[in-house]
Amino acid sequence: MTNAAPLFGLVLAGGASTRMRRDKAALEYHGRTQLEWTYELVSTLCLATFVSVRPEQRNDPVRARFPQIIDKEDEFGPLAGIAAALRAHPKAAWLVVACDLPFVTEATLRRLVEARDPERIATVYRSSCDGLPEPLCAIWEPAARDAVSQHLAVGKLCPRKLLIQSDCKLIDLVDPHALENINTPEEWQAANARLANKRTEGDSSEEQRTSISLRVQYFAVLREQAGRSEELLDSFARSPSELYEQLRAKHGFSLEPSQLKVAVNDEFSDWNVRLQHGDTVVFIPPVAGG
Amino acid sequence: MSLFWFSHTALEPESYRSRLTDPAAGGYASFEGWVRNHNEGQPVTRLEYEAFESLAVKEGERIVREAIARFGVLHAACVHRLGSLQIGELAVWVGVSSHHRAEAFAACRYIIDEVKHRVPIWKKEYYLNGDSGWVNCERCASAHR
Repeated sequence: MTNAAPLFGLVLAGGASTRMRRDKAALEYHGRTQLEWTYELVSTLCLATFVSVRPEQRNDPVRARFPQIIDKEDEFGPLAGIAAALRAHPKAAWLVVACDLPFVTEATLRRLVEARDPERIATVYRSSCDGLPEPLCAIWEPAARDAVSQHLAVGKLCPRKLLIQSDCKLIDLVDPHALENINTPEEWQAANARLANKRTEGDSSEEQRTSISLRVQYFAVLREQAGRSEELLDSFARSPSELYEQLRAKHGFSLEPSQLKVAVNDEFSDWNVRLQHGDTVVFIPPVAGG
Repeated sequence: MSLFWFSHTALEPESYRSRLTDPAAGGYASFEGWVRNHNEGQPVTRLEYEAFESLAVKEGERIVREAIARFGVLHAACVHRLGSLQIGELAVWVGVSSHHRAEAFAACRYIIDEVKHRVPIWKKEYYLNGDSGWVNCERCASAHR
C-alpha cells in the first residue's frame, strides 16, 4: 500500500433520527454518547478524524466540540457527508462510520483497514443480511469523489446503489451482527442489554475463545444456495447451531434451523454439541427418498 | 450380505431378489418405487436423486436391521438409485423373504416408510414448464428465488 492515500476518519452524525424521536448521536451505549465513542474508535486508526454534520447542526452541543465537515446545503443523506469529505480533502481516503452502529468494535474497523484495496473506489463489508455492500462502515478512496458527486447531482441519495454499480472490494464480517444499526427506542434498549451481556462474558470465557477449522459439506438445496458442495473455514462457532447462523448469514440460506437436521463426522448429531477442531459438519435439508 | 446400498445405474431387481432366497423361506415380498410423470398436479419430466452417501448407508442399514429384528423375517435389503432418472425408471427397491407372508409385507412396508423419512436422500423434480424444485423443500426454494 505504498501509494495508498492517507486514511482520514469520518463519523456520520447528520441523520434526522426520525424513528428514534431523539438524536441518535447523543444516545449512550458504552457509558458515553455514541458519537464520542465512535469518534474515539475511528481516531485510533486514522491520521485525522472529522464529524459529518448538516449545516444547521454545526453548533449543536453534542457535535460542536469535534472537527467537522459540513454537508453542502443542497445535498442530503449520508452520501452528502461522504461527498463533502472527499471534496474537503481530495487526496485522503476516508474510513466512514455511521454513529448508530453500537456493535462495531476496533477489530471490525481494523479488519477493514487491513483488507483495504486502494486501487478500488471503496473497501466495504458485505451485509450479513442480504450480501449487498454496507456503505456506512467502509473505506472510500479519493477516486470515488466524481462518482459520488455525479450520483448526488442526478438526485440519487443511496450510497449502497452507488457501490453496487462500482468496483469495490467486498469482505465478510467476522461477527454477523457487527453492523446492525439502531433506529428505534426499543432497539436501543435491546442493544444496551446485549452489550452488557457481552461485557460480562468478555471478562471470563470470551477472551480465551479461539477459532477452529471445520469442513462443511452441502447437499441439495443448501448446495445450490451456497454455490458449492463443501468449504473449509475457521470459525468461532461452538455448536452446529451457532455455525448454521453464521453460514446462513454468509450464504443467505432460506431454511430455518427447525427444518434441518445436523450431522457431525458422518453421524446424526445434536444442535448443541461442542464442535471440535477438524470436525466435518453437514446440515440436512428435509429428505425425500423413495 | 449388504442390507442397504446405492446404485448410480439402472436397478436390477432380479439380481437383488436372488440374494434373498432361503430354503426356510415361505414367501418373498418386494416394493419398487417408480418415477411417475406428475407430482402435486404438476407434470414431471425427470428426477434427480442426491444423497449424503456415507451417513445414508449407515442409516439405511439401521432401518433394514430394525425391520429384520422387529418382524422376525429371514432376509431383507434395500437399494436406492442416484443421479438422473427418466419417467418409469426404478428409484428404489425393497425385498424381504420370510417364513410367512404377513411379516414379509409388514417388514417391506416398514423399510420403505422409514427410508423415505430418515435417510438423507433428496429428490429434485424437473417440470414440464421448465421449473424445477427440491421435493419437501419447495417453500424454501421459492423463497430464495
